[in-house]
Amino acid sequence: MKITFPHMGNLYIILAAFFENLGIDFIVPPPITKKTIELGAMYSPEFACFPLKINVGNFIEALEMGADTIIMAGGIGPCRFGYYAQVEKEILTDLGYKCNMVVLEPPKGNLKEVLFQIYKLLQGKDLNNIIKAAKIAWLKAKALEEIEKEVFFYRAREKVKGMTTKLYRKALRIIHETKEIDSIKSSIERINKEFKRIELKKDHDPLRIGLVGEIYTLLEPSSNMNIEETLGELGAEVEKSIRLTEWTNTNLILDMLRIKGELKCRTAAKPYLNYFVGGHGLESVGETVLYANSGVDGVIHLAPFTCMPEIVAQSILPRVSKEKNIPVITMMLDEHSAEAGFRTRIEAFVDLLEKKREEKLYDEQKLLSWD
Amino acid sequence: MMNRNFFLGIDVGSVSTNLVLIDSHTNIIKKIYLRTMGKPIDAIQNGLRDLRKDIEQDITIAGVGTTGSGRSLADTIVGADVVKNEITAHSIASLSVVPDVQTVIEIGGQDPKIIIIRNGIVTDFAMNTVCAAGTGSFLDRQSSRLNISIEEFGNHALKSKNHVRIAGRCAVFAESDMIHKQQMGHRVEDIIWGLCKALVRNYINNVAKGKEIKGPIVFQGGVAANKGIKAAFEEYLKCKVIVPEHYDVMGALGAAILAKEKIERSRRYRSNFYGFDNICTGCYNTSSFECTGCSNLCEVIKIELNGEILARWGDRCGKWKLLNHSGKISNM
Ligand code: SF4
Repeated sequence: MKITFPHMGNLYIILAAFFENLGIDFIVPPPITKKTIELGAMYSPEFACFPLKINVGNFIEALEMGADTIIMAGGIGPCRFGYYAQVEKEILTDLGYKCNMVVLEPPKGNLKEVLFQIYKLLQGKDLNNIIKAAKIAWLKAKALEEIEKEVFFYRAREKVKGMTTKLYRKALRIIHETKEIDSIKSSIERINKEFKRIELKKDHDPLRIGLVGEIYTLLEPSSNMNIEETLGELGAEVEKSIRLTEWTNTNLILDMLRIKGELKCRTAAKPYLNYFVGGHGLESVGETVLYANSGVDGVIHLAPFTCMPEIVAQSILPRVSKEKNIPVITMMLDEHSAEAGFRTRIEAFVDLLEKKREEKLYDEQKLLSWD
Repeated sequence: MMNRNFFLGIDVGSVSTNLVLIDSHTNIIKKIYLRTMGKPIDAIQNGLRDLRKDIEQDITIAGVGTTGSGRSLADTIVGADVVKNEITAHSIASLSVVPDVQTVIEIGGQDPKIIIIRNGIVTDFAMNTVCAAGTGSFLDRQSSRLNISIEEFGNHALKSKNHVRIAGRCAVFAESDMIHKQQMGHRVEDIIWGLCKALVRNYINNVAKGKEIKGPIVFQGGVAANKGIKAAFEEYLKCKVIVPEHYDVMGALGAAILAKEKIERSRRYRSNFYGFDNICTGCYNTSSFECTGCSNLCEVIKIELNGEILARWGDRCGKWKLLNHSGKISNM
């Protein structure tokens, strides 16, 4: 058995750590490139969402390298994500690949089912081993998040464009290659030291821009035209609502306990949307409200073209934007998205936020000089 | 008239390339409208040659701004002081003509846009690149199909007395519906008027969807010359629509104003402009190659000036862009 799984941002690093420590054979699909996307788009239905197409590309490339078992998440609710695994399996079978698809359905569906699937995978493994593997995976996930936060900070303030991104790539490699639990900590320390050496611009108070939207598009740079890098290099600090560990927390482990974070988001969304619409539609609305309350300058809403839950969110966001006085822009993405147009809109949005901030400062000054 | 400072704005779009020269009071001294025809560098060079031809005095360019989808390319060629997206440039230009403007409708060759302005700042915008794109090109095609010059096309619409509804969902529907209505015997002017109304409906539903359109409204871009479309907007919005005198070069005007603002803000700043002679006589060579560094197989574009590499772009990993430390790196 040779396992593979889709790319979703840095998730591959975490999964690789987990399987490696369990002694399960696995293949990380090659990095998502133009070729991956072309393959995926060629064999998927035109109107399928972009993440599905990228998944298919990932799988084809991994199967070509000898993988035979695919691990895929499942989903429930009024969103096509629930069918992804099945559709993908059909596409691959039609193409003549022989492979096994293990679908991890979320707990809201059927907890027993998930446990059974995991149990089957882990059959014959030592419990201590399993715990150790899970621990390493978790520590790496945490480490990646910590690094990401640093990246957002430095990228918006760096003096020489591109330095942070270069270091980020290196950091990902280091974390990926770190094998022992003890050395994860020292790796982070080493990386942090290097971050501190990045020269910063003086007197630059970056704009803060929140990202909300569909989780895959949010987490996978190749599906969002590298928006974090683009914004950072335009001098804006990015804040991301969904993080991998939080998502795992809410959706896979602690969902039944309803951890605070998600509850907060649902409460925030309530005046605008009080109904589960599938995917992350509800979260997109809730997170936008939370961002507005926390003084973020603007929000960018990302979604795959034709994504139903996000279309619902898109139609509600103008009201949130108006009532909460926060600029919001929606970007729908798929393999046809033109980079020039995307770039123009992002730049214009940043201009808009800067002007708005200037005006606010001006108003405050007027108020101060008034008495 | 001596010692006056002049500012140049260049808007390189996929369909047209426009240049505008303004003085320090934002008066337009000269404007140039050219077809890009797939050769933006030639268009920029030709534009600059034209620009200088009928300005007798030897002028100094104190600042240059570029905009449009080819703004970074233009920057590489001319040495710009400001490189701005089209939305910002268009709104700056509109504000300079109609200071209390609240809505800007921009329909050019390719991407129609709407810009919402409140209290002099842009508060919202939308730009459609999928549907309703290419309205200008579509009108061109219909006018030649009906054998009516594009200048006369809009005037024809104003003669209409009857209402004919044309399906405006997209160009394909519109064209076949127009042919159908023609065969049913409707008069050409009624069909054209119906088409204008359909295009306006399409713009409102696809580009401006959900946005609060308030007057004063400024209508700019090449399509603004079409009186039929203007009238259709006025009928639909029940509000007067202003078409500024230089409606066709507003992007370039905005870029020039932005350059002017930048130069005037910091006195010690000196323009990056490479100079007319250098640019017009320069021998530019663009080529591209496929990088095989990874399976992205990026098509990397390279521009050389007199045999020296000026810039490279198109790489996703930044390897080529960062490699060239000679010359100027465009801020793509
Ligand atoms: S330019 Fe960079 S990303 Fe593009 S193919 Fe070459 S190595 Fe790969």
